[in-house]
Amino acid sequence: MISFSLTEEQQMLIDAVHRYAERELRKSMRDADETGQLPADLIASGWELGLTPSSIPETYGGFGEHSAVTGALYAEELAWGDLSAAMNLLAPNLLVIPLLEYGTDSQKESLLPQFCDMAFVPATAALLEPHITFDPHNLRTTAEKQGDHYVLNGQKVYVPLAADATHILVYANEGDSTQAFIVEKDTAGLTIGEREKNMGIKALPTYKVSLENCTIPAENKLGGEAGINFTRLLSYSYVALGAMAVGVAKASYEYAKEYAKEREAFGEPIASRQAIAFMLAEMAIDIDAARLMVWEAAWKLDRGEDATAETALVKKFTDEMVMTVTDGGVQVLGGHGYIREHPVELWFRNGRGFATFTGMAMV
Amino acid sequence: MIDFSLSDRIKQQNVQMQMVAEGLMRPVSREMDEKEHDKPWDFINATWQFTSAQTARMLKKLDQQQSGETTAKKEKGPSEYYMSLVYMIEWLSWGDAGIYLCLPMSALAGSAIEAVGTPEQKKRFLSRFAEGEPKWGGMAITEPHAGSDTSAIRTTARLDPETNEWVLNGEKIFVTSGLMAAEKSDGILVVWATVDPSAGRRGIKSFVVEANTPGMKVTKVEHKLGIRASDTAAIVFEDCRIPYDNILGDPEVKTTEKTKGFKGAMKTFDASRPLVAASALGVGRAALEFTKDALKKEGIEIRYTAPRHKLTAIEQDVMEMEAQYKAAWLLTLRAAWMMDQKLPNNLEASMAKAKAGKAVTFVTQKAVELLGTLGYSRDWLVEKWMRDAKINDIFEGTGQINHLIVARRILGYNRTQLK
Repeated sequence: MISFSLTEEQQMLIDAVHRYAERELRKSMRDADETGQLPADLIASGWELGLTPSSIPETYGGFGEHSAVTGALYAEELAWGDLSAAMNLLAPNLLVIPLLEYGTDSQKESLLPQFCDMAFVPATAALLEPHITFDPHNLRTTAEKQGDHYVLNGQKVYVPLAADATHILVYANEGDSTQAFIVEKDTAGLTIGEREKNMGIKALPTYKVSLENCTIPAENKLGGEAGINFTRLLSYSYVALGAMAVGVAKASYEYAKEYAKEREAFGEPIASRQAIAFMLAEMAIDIDAARLMVWEAAWKLDRGEDATAETALVKKFTDEMVMTVTDGGVQVLGGHGYIREHPVELWFRNGRGFATFTGMAMV
Repeated sequence: MIDFSLSDRIKQQNVQMQMVAEGLMRPVSREMDEKEHDKPWDFINATWQFTSAQTARMLKKLDQQQSGETTAKKEKGPSEYYMSLVYMIEWLSWGDAGIYLCLPMSALAGSAIEAVGTPEQKKRFLSRFAEGEPKWGGMAITEPHAGSDTSAIRTTARLDPETNEWVLNGEKIFVTSGLMAAEKSDGILVVWATVDPSAGRRGIKSFVVEANTPGMKVTKVEHKLGIRASDTAAIVFEDCRIPYDNILGDPEVKTTEKTKGFKGAMKTFDASRPLVAASALGVGRAALEFTKDALKKEGIEIRYTAPRHKLTAIEQDVMEMEAQYKAAWLLTLRAAWMMDQKLPNNLEASMAKAKAGKAVTFVTQKAVELLGTLGYSRDWLVEKWMRDAKINDIFEGTGQINHLIVARRILGYNRTQLK
């Protein structure tokens, strides 16, 4: 029957993640954005929360099972803390989740255990391409079978942690279907470009990645000959990004609300004026609605059901919601919101990115 | 745990409600809208069977609680009372929102009595809804000059100490099912009146007036934009006398602002707001489904995996309709779930109603727009759904009031801090 309550385990988990987000991520957020660097130990201590291993079954060294609902819960809290750190910490999911869903036994056995260790191992995926008519179902990066190998050609952008990643899961067009290919660090034909300069997520290292006749063993095609259901993997990405959008939006809304109660104009707090109060009310309503939409889509995925339509709607709704809310956040703070001291302008810059970040997060 | 699956009970109820909607409501939808003040008697007589049975069950439970009996069969698991109501109302409104409002039941009068009435009052006023012929209940609050500002009502209730009766004087408007409740059935009205005009909201109480009480007269039945099957009445009270025991709650005018009577009655809106949202969303779903079907017949299907630059304008419009609809629907489910869990849901109920009113106004207006000459024609029901939908952003708390309530709750502000 319909229920909106969390399990005890889920509640404990998000309480722990929230503490980490509040005490560590928020503290370093502004400096990290200015310098482009997250503090050295930030990711290490985040890794101790055991988020990625909680999706991995015991057979492979983990302690849980893949749950998009649980992932949505922790992704929201992390993003509420700081989006750059959240995407950094969860980057390994970009390889782990596809492996869990579609990996062959041999692929799972060889690659999953390393993500159950004490130390953070950087891994990532490359999906986005540098053209404005990007279509994840019609990629320009190609994969051609040649004997016992696949040869990959193309340009990828916005690849988190590519320079340090032990493995990059490269999405490419094989016979008009998007498939995924495991490319090890230092493979010939794989070139990691310069670190990109983005409007937001400035503390998250992202890179251009070029593939020029990059040749990999055929066994590195994810899922072997059967391949993957890419539409379904995209659904897991839309859930993650939707949850993160909710987190970022919530951060902005809460901050603006507190500011509006303190800031006085014409003899009373600006929160006493309907123009401001109604902006905040609309934010609150759409944030809550977005969260429920993410949960419904994630719940369907966890039941093995198709959530293509639901996640498309999640993406549409949350992309717009997070921009409207983070824009509102700056607006409520007025001139002060425009300065790189209050966090609202940072959330505004991060907020715009969601419309583009397809494939950069997964739960 | 988070769960969106329907219980077997709700699934079964849905099947029944769909049958009622398709069999008894849709076939007479256009006729009821055009004729405006005929009643859908087939629907009324059929649904009276189950609304009266439901009331009978409620009263039986009340009896058992009073006599200290434990119920023979303990209800298994948590309550789904409000969730079932949401689904029922959604389906019936999908059928026809105006005809849904013709459901013979105690409605808001019943919820007010259930919220603040004594056991004796519940029996005296509600037993009739468990037996005999179809009956209606209604709530009379709004006056020509006072809608959102309920504390400004001027209808008075003066106590006559000699006869121990309240004497009501005033004028009420916009009473849903007012004609049926006041005159055409053995029904009841709950009427809000002030026992002390100088005391503002502290003087406002609610009173039960039984049908055909002398001094109560329906002066007008409105001609409306939509929900035309529902009788919306103006009612005048001229020295209308009712027994002392017809007052709901405490007759005392308290010295503090915190009055149980007023607040208790306002609390019934926390329960009813998600239900009004559900009604709105039924109409919204009708329009959305119809639009998608009509487009499909023209070879236009929504491609959820198409990239932005390939989506046609109409696909984007339909996805926007679906997203707004879904946002409102999930908020409504949450508000209903909280009622069933007995969690305070004043904020969530208002969020649901605020969003639903807005979303459904958008969805139904978009539907007529997208369907062009056929959407605009009275040959199809879409234009009627747009007219029916509009009321949901107005009655039982306008969208503006609901946004105001949400704003006050999130800010922790009272009426003076945020107007």
